[in-house]
Amino acid sequence: METQQDLSAEINAIGDAYARAVKDGAPAETQPRLDYAPYRSSILRHPTKSLHHADPETIELYSPAFGHQDVHALEADLTIQHNGEPQGERIIVAGKVLDGDGRPVAGQLVEIWQANASGRYIHKRDQHPAPLDPNFTGVGRCITGPDGSYKFTTIKPGAYPWKNHVNAWRPAHIHFSMFGTDFTQRIVTQMYFPGDQLFPLDPIYQSIVDQDARDRLVATYDHELTQPEWALGYNWDIVLTGSKRTWTENEALGAAGDEE
Amino acid sequence: MSNQTTKLVPTPGQTVGPFYGYALPYEKDNELLAPGSPGSIRLQGTVYDGAGEPVPDAILEIWQPDADGNIVKQTGSLVRDGYTFTGWGRGSVGYSGVYTFTTVNPGPTSPGAAPFISVVVFARGLMNRLFTRIYLPENQEALAKDPLLSSLDPERRRTLIARRDPDGGLTWDVRLQGEGETVFLDFQ
Ligand SMILES: [Fe+3]
Repeated sequence: METQQDLSAEINAIGDAYARAVKDGAPAETQPRLDYAPYRSSILRHPTKSLHHADPETIELYSPAFGHQDVHALEADLTIQHNGEPQGERIIVAGKVLDGDGRPVAGQLVEIWQANASGRYIHKRDQHPAPLDPNFTGVGRCITGPDGSYKFTTIKPGAYPWKNHVNAWRPAHIHFSMFGTDFTQRIVTQMYFPGDQLFPLDPIYQSIVDQDARDRLVATYDHELTQPEWALGYNWDIVLTGSKRTWTENEALGAAGDEE
Repeated sequence: MSNQTTKLVPTPGQTVGPFYGYALPYEKDNELLAPGSPGSIRLQGTVYDGAGEPVPDAILEIWQPDADGNIVKQTGSLVRDGYTFTGWGRGSVGYSGVYTFTTVNPGPTSPGAAPFISVVVFARGLMNRLFTRIYLPENQEALAKDPLLSSLDPERRRTLIARRDPDGGLTWDVRLQGEGETVFLDFQ
């Protein structure tokens, strides 16, 4: 199996080539590369033909509707799903879901999942010999407010090892899944924590070759959100791709959101 | 609504990873309506990688109009009541890379339009989600007129059209890479 040194050499070569291309006038890349060999599992799982440009039509211009009967309000607090308190540093993660024009995405589903404070997932395929926490599952959901806001209470996830190469460790992250107003805005991504020393070493984070784009996945520590004697606050806003729909005035004002 | 002058840059996607399995799936996630109910069909297929091997850790979502071509605005996809068709479902593949949905044949959203199901594919090892479409195989005239299909050469076009099974169901495979690679879409 390859070492971190081998992998880092590949990551850096791709990064350097990108920096040169931008210097020569290539546009900045805003999304991860589908073809990113340092993440070994991607080698046979990326399309080799370029994505086919299409204009979204009919169903694609709308999104499924979720409401409060789909998600219980308590699902946004990952620290109260069991009888006891989970181990780890309690945190609040909050922000807004916006579309590419800066409009709030109201009344939409946000789902998160994450490892526990030791870096262990409650998943049968997670072989990391770190302790499970009987008081932490690591799954949360909420519906965005009229201003596109979401808020989760959870614990800070630990870094965890994986089998991409020898001594591969994922930076601490929370997986996020979001819907927009158009189905074409569907996104699954990962939120990271500021200042993580594993960033330069991680092929998943580095699959986004542009530093400004990578920074968009890193939350900001927010002391205003921090609660005394209780939890540290992190702010992270998500911007979806632009909506292609012709909006009615009511929708643009957020009236299409769930109003239960 | 005030004039928007600056477009915001979208947040990058990331792979769904290997551990979505205890988070994204939920009860009846792949049953847009109850199996065996009138009008229900099975939609199934296999997700393959570039070596032609089934991908055991992929998850698909479908979003479609109802049988009459109406775009549904009903909530209740996560806690299904067994009666309300919401048009959206989520299905993880099993170890053999096979996914299954119970749904209805989507209707045309306008007279003469080719009906299709919108699909998004996630997988471990797939750096970002992929969008595509599943067309019904029947109405050749509508398929020929479809703006997307008619912009593709015949070999690639085939990857977006499902096969009709003898029991009335649909089979549609996803090939992430290589021979018969599925057409994936960029809407931006
Ligand atoms: Fe993870």
